[in-house]
Amino acid sequence: MAKENGKVVETVEDVTVMFAGDSGDGMQLTGMQFSDTTAIVGNDLSTLPDYPAEIRAPAGTLYGVSGFQLHFSSTAIHTPGDTPDVLVAMNPAALKKNLAEIKPHAIIITNTDSFDSKNLQQAHYDKNPLEDGSLDGYKVFQVPITTLTENALKECSLSLKEVQRCKNFFALGLMYWLYNRPLDPTMDWLKSKFKNRPEIIESNEKALKAGYYFGEQTEIFTTRYTVKPAELPKGTYRNISGNEATAVGFVAASNLSGLQLFLGSYPITPASDILHFLSSFKNFGVKTFQAEDEIAGIASAIGASFSGSLAITTTSGPGLALKTEAIGLAVMTELPLVIVDVQRGGPSTGLPTKTEQADLLQALYGRNGEAPVPVIAASTPSDCFYLAIEASRIALKYMTPVLLLTDGYIANGSEPWRLPDIEDLEKIEVSFRTEVEGFEPYSRDANLARPWAVPGTKGLEHRIGGLEKANISGNVSYDPDNHDFMVRLREEKVNKIQQDIPDLQVKGDQEGDLLVLGWGGTYGAITEAVDRARAEGYKVSHAHLKYIKPFPKNTAEVFKNFKKILIPELNLGQLSKVIRSEFLIEVESLTKIKGLPFKSIEVQRKIADLLGGGNGK
Amino acid sequence: MENNKIDTQEVKYTAKDFQSGQDVRWCPGCGDYSVLAQVQRSFPNIGIKKENIVWVSGIGCSSRFPYYMSTFGFHGIHGRAPAIATGVKVANPDLSVWVATGDGDLMSIGGNHFIHACRKNIDLKILMFNNKIYGLTKGQYSPTSEKGKVTKSTPFGSVDYPFNPISLALGANASFVARTIDRDPKHMQTMIMRAAEHKGTAFIEVFQNCNIFNDGAYEPLTNKETKLDTVLHLEDGKPMTFGKDNDKGIVLEGFTPKVVNLNDGTHSIDDVWVHHEKDENAIRAFILAHMNEIPGLPTPVGIFRNIVKPTYDEGVREQIKRVTEKKGEGTLKSLLYSGNTWEVN
Ligand code: SF4
Repeated sequence: MAKENGKVVETVEDVTVMFAGDSGDGMQLTGMQFSDTTAIVGNDLSTLPDYPAEIRAPAGTLYGVSGFQLHFSSTAIHTPGDTPDVLVAMNPAALKKNLAEIKPHAIIITNTDSFDSKNLQQAHYDKNPLEDGSLDGYKVFQVPITTLTENALKECSLSLKEVQRCKNFFALGLMYWLYNRPLDPTMDWLKSKFKNRPEIIESNEKALKAGYYFGEQTEIFTTRYTVKPAELPKGTYRNISGNEATAVGFVAASNLSGLQLFLGSYPITPASDILHFLSSFKNFGVKTFQAEDEIAGIASAIGASFSGSLAITTTSGPGLALKTEAIGLAVMTELPLVIVDVQRGGPSTGLPTKTEQADLLQALYGRNGEAPVPVIAASTPSDCFYLAIEASRIALKYMTPVLLLTDGYIANGSEPWRLPDIEDLEKIEVSFRTEVEGFEPYSRDANLARPWAVPGTKGLEHRIGGLEKANISGNVSYDPDNHDFMVRLREEKVNKIQQDIPDLQVKGDQEGDLLVLGWGGTYGAITEAVDRARAEGYKVSHAHLKYIKPFPKNTAEVFKNFKKILIPELNLGQLSKVIRSEFLIEVESLTKIKGLPFKSIEVQRKIADLLGGGNGK
Repeated sequence: MENNKIDTQEVKYTAKDFQSGQDVRWCPGCGDYSVLAQVQRSFPNIGIKKENIVWVSGIGCSSRFPYYMSTFGFHGIHGRAPAIATGVKVANPDLSVWVATGDGDLMSIGGNHFIHACRKNIDLKILMFNNKIYGLTKGQYSPTSEKGKVTKSTPFGSVDYPFNPISLALGANASFVARTIDRDPKHMQTMIMRAAEHKGTAFIEVFQNCNIFNDGAYEPLTNKETKLDTVLHLEDGKPMTFGKDNDKGIVLEGFTPKVVNLNDGTHSIDDVWVHHEKDENAIRAFILAHMNEIPGLPTPVGIFRNIVKPTYDEGVREQIKRVTEKKGEGTLKSLLYSGNTWEVN
């Protein structure tokens, strides 16, 4: 083991850190800064922000704890880590809430200043856990973070309250020292973020450095760690969250199709960031309309689509419910539209800041009448980029609304993303109808798509709406045979998309004892679980559905090659239900509805159970 | 900000050019026919090419309107016409976007969209056919029905109070607020022309008779015998006079309007309140909006308020222009390779 300044330097492969504190302690920011720096250092990483729905829950309470979990490694990783190796606990509640989750010999760094009687009481501690021996077995580092921050900022002009608010940067600096990360990326960020507030830049820099040098000088830390850069494929990378990737994906789709992007949206957790990002892209010609409600969000998007934009609306479960009728209108008028549902815990207001996958059936079936809508689901933060483009492509090519499902976990979580070559992104062909001769609003091309004739085009004035359309002419029709024909036609059009999407890929052997079939944000946990189970000798493979309506055309073939199918989902088995009814096969369902993503160990245990191991083998 | 430019040189249409050829399916005698006719008669004069006009509607008898116009049309879902129209207009501000809607569609299920369209001053022309009843669902009371209204859903009389649509539009800061009557074709044509010229949200309440479910709702205002004494025609810059012999005037005592006789020697025309539709202050427009709620006072028709202020759709377009000039037009490269990137070799 190397030594440096009298400290042991240990190289580790893989670390999971949990930053936890009061919702006002800036833990999300701290976590994001640590992630960005860690990405730049070249580690693979995955994050799990977990914060309360209240903006500033009462200080010190258990329900007010805001956490940011971050997994980084010198090898490829897929999840934010099952059990943290390090817990940074800014107060007793943060300690209490996370203690059960961390590894048996984990490092715990506490802000001892906050372990006063009031906070201990708030966290329902009878005795101070730092003193009663209950933390024996952990590597506990007691650091008076508040006092040290105050000392470091003695000279500055900020109020005491503002000074104390810098303590998260002290903690961040200390963690940078402990894991050997540079301070520059955070200092650069401070400089650009607080351009006009030099005193904020200065004080946070001081706190950051004070934390860093404290690690170096104090004797309580005898060891620091390095995590070597991961062997990632060559290329240019950036760290990206799912919501940002979604926004960037739609701007790319706008560029690739040559259409103006229009977003009609209403603020809702956890989807609002897509609105925030898109409203910053004005110089890409993006128009964002913050509507008066969810319905106006989608209705305005439908109007924009009618007039020739690439139109999208973004929401979460409760908002999707409100948009239901309007989605039906887009189905009937056969206009291109993408609806993004960043799923959260339901029903009703449910768990706004927590993740879940329980909107699948709503997405597939939650409309009046026979109203088929293609449904696709992103599996990782960076995958959101590609699926935003894919959803746009399908919508435009087939003249149909498309539902893109993501979830709170991948929307807020981030990972390093190897940026695609611009040339590799395929253009999206769009042609507005201009030819007057023979124009019929509901005639069809080979894909069964109707022509897109936008206002402003001379000679193509026509009327559409939510009443049933006569085939070809698009006139209002109440004819029974026409209705029967049109209902089937709309279904056929959506099913035809099957010819235009990639096959379902199986990772691992193409046949075997067990196929773990996932969809959406469970990708990382399943990947890790299956990799480990295979390493232990199990005949298990993984397939992940991105296209749920329609399914890839080889789906039934894939299923035939496995004795059993396991479907892990963060709901009560919604995909399982669909697979059973569509393919008439039995499947095993693994469900979890805790507002949290799967841990890979949970999936791994289920694999072992099903394959007769029971104890991991 | 200027008004919409009306360029009559470019296009020469007749009323017939705006007929779609679809069979019009309103009940015979319905006031909706008049609205359609007046729109078709006015549109050749608004100087906008047919292909640049979009009619959007919600649900209800009036919302069948777009089918009968030979322009682009979108028959939406209940209440959402202003929101759909907003998308059409914001996405392409060069279009002339019109909304056909009713009192149920706009004041009830679509109330939220209506007030926000007004608030944002989106350049939409909203024609609300107010028949004070639900026609298409066969005769329930509506949010503009008078208290005590006996209908299928209120067999013992309604116990709630109606909206005053003009006041609601003013309260939501609509920049153009007007009222007209189905039985006064010339007046309606003028209002349609004026709305077309206006840049910003233009709201026209059309008193429309539903002869099936609420016949005679505006009887005193349309009856030849009474209408001159019950209707006050608002004209910009003119004193408010009315009556068979045009011998009655409105005076304003404090905030209270009163009717005076111009022939009884106590008041002259100089005492009469002069209407200013461009009044920056909305207070007088509100007084006009509520005037007919005072017994003995006439019901104003015409333009209550007409002010010019920047529109939302133009604001969006200009902001994009400004930011693009400052930051440069975005490219795929600048989109993807922005922010903190790093190389792995
Ligand atoms: S029900 Fe009334 S409003 Fe509807 S079409 Fe008939 S007369 Fe007109």
